[in-house]
Amino acid sequence: MMVEPTARAPEIRVSGSAQVGDTPLFDNLDLSLAAGGWTCILGVSGVGKTTILRLIVGLKTGATFSGTIAAGDGLPIPRQAAYMAQNDMLLPWATALKNVVLGSRLRGDRVDRVRARHLLERVGLGGHIHKKPHALSGGQRQRVALARTLMEDRALVLLDEPFSALDARTRAGMQELAHELLAGRTVLLVTHDPGEAARLADRLFVMTEVGCKNVQPPATLPPRPIDDPEVLHAQAQLLASLRGP
Amino acid sequence: MRVVHGLLAIGLALAIWQLIVILTSVPSFILPPPLTVMKTWFESRVLIAEHSLATGTAILLGLTIGVLLGVSTALLLAASKTIRLMVRPMLVFTQALPVFALAPILTLWLGFGIGSKVAMAVLIIYFPVTSAFFDGLVRTPPAYLDLASTMGASRQAVLWQIKIPAALPALGSGLRLAAVSAPIGAVIGEWVGASQGLGYLMLLANGRAKTDLMFAALLTLGVLSVTLYLLINWLVLTVLHHHAPAD
Repeated sequence: MMVEPTARAPEIRVSGSAQVGDTPLFDNLDLSLAAGGWTCILGVSGVGKTTILRLIVGLKTGATFSGTIAAGDGLPIPRQAAYMAQNDMLLPWATALKNVVLGSRLRGDRVDRVRARHLLERVGLGGHIHKKPHALSGGQRQRVALARTLMEDRALVLLDEPFSALDARTRAGMQELAHELLAGRTVLLVTHDPGEAARLADRLFVMTEVGCKNVQPPATLPPRPIDDPEVLHAQAQLLASLRGP
Repeated sequence: MRVVHGLLAIGLALAIWQLIVILTSVPSFILPPPLTVMKTWFESRVLIAEHSLATGTAILLGLTIGVLLGVSTALLLAASKTIRLMVRPMLVFTQALPVFALAPILTLWLGFGIGSKVAMAVLIIYFPVTSAFFDGLVRTPPAYLDLASTMGASRQAVLWQIKIPAALPALGSGLRLAAVSAPIGAVIGEWVGASQGLGYLMLLANGRAKTDLMFAALLTLGVLSVTLYLLINWLVLTVLHHHAPAD
């Protein structure tokens, strides 16, 4: 059974400014998400990177945005997008399987349990499908969340620091698994971890208080090994650019 | 171990009670010694049981109706802003009004029978249940709502599949509160006007200076209330544990 998306992965373009009250959050932003690839926005907390992601997926933000957000194929974006956050957002009263099929249940669609089971097996949780979140580890929960995201079968996937609550080993494993399973989709990863950005980005933006800057990621193909000298070098440079002059 | 400690505390309280009676040589019609109360309780057990049944029925009926009304009101409040704006001030007003003050009116309208007692119990638990469940319904973790919104969920689906299940712990707190206050409502109703019930029996015994019988009725009421609370608490904990076990 396919994990690949059934729809074509779109390119997404965001341009404009946002402000919270009278305070500008970002100005004259112009970024585009690579169709079918991983775009990372790296930035410290509070620079508005999560706001960009929420604007794209059509969620409420505390900011007022003026500008355009459009998909290359001209289709409305929220209906093509799946969303995954730092918190796994698993419903504590539902089993892993029920959490994975949440989207179809909420829409009143037919529930494809076979596909849900298959996806849980793909994320390595075939033996845990009837467990509730409390019985799973942090890494396992985030894998359920990944299966739920895949279950939505959207060509655009927005990831808001999805791995930042995990321990280093689990995080590295999840990065690789997510990269493998989200292949063929347009992915936006918002992160504050330079190492993560250096490993996963096809296209990379560094966002600081002074603006959003396009940075060249390492030349090799993601997911790049953590200990690759070029990745480590990029990671150090990214950290330096986050800290500013 | 907990049972042992509980029994010890009860034994100690009884001992202090007996000691006060001995030391102050207070007359029995003011404070009867515990042993006399026990004796009266045993001798009047049929009488007490009959009246307990009346009070217990009023409490359980009041609890059921009050919880159903409270849950429905909370759902209505959560569903519509207009209803919220209209009903909430009224709700606060009814709560600010002491329920005690309403008892004579309720007795006038509903008579000396069980109706006025049930109504009192309903009134006294309606607000805590409504407000606890409503608070739970509007405090759904925003992350769940974000997720549901990106999934294209309908409002109905969000209510039934996310908001209500997430609000069950809050409803549980409301039920616990209701379990402690429902007996108060029923007994107030019986004080104002009744032909049976533990509250009625207490007033009757008091009027005839049968203080020992009054104490026996009071203790029975206490046992009844505590049992009800423990039962509801156990039910709430069991259901919640099954629903969403804590980490």
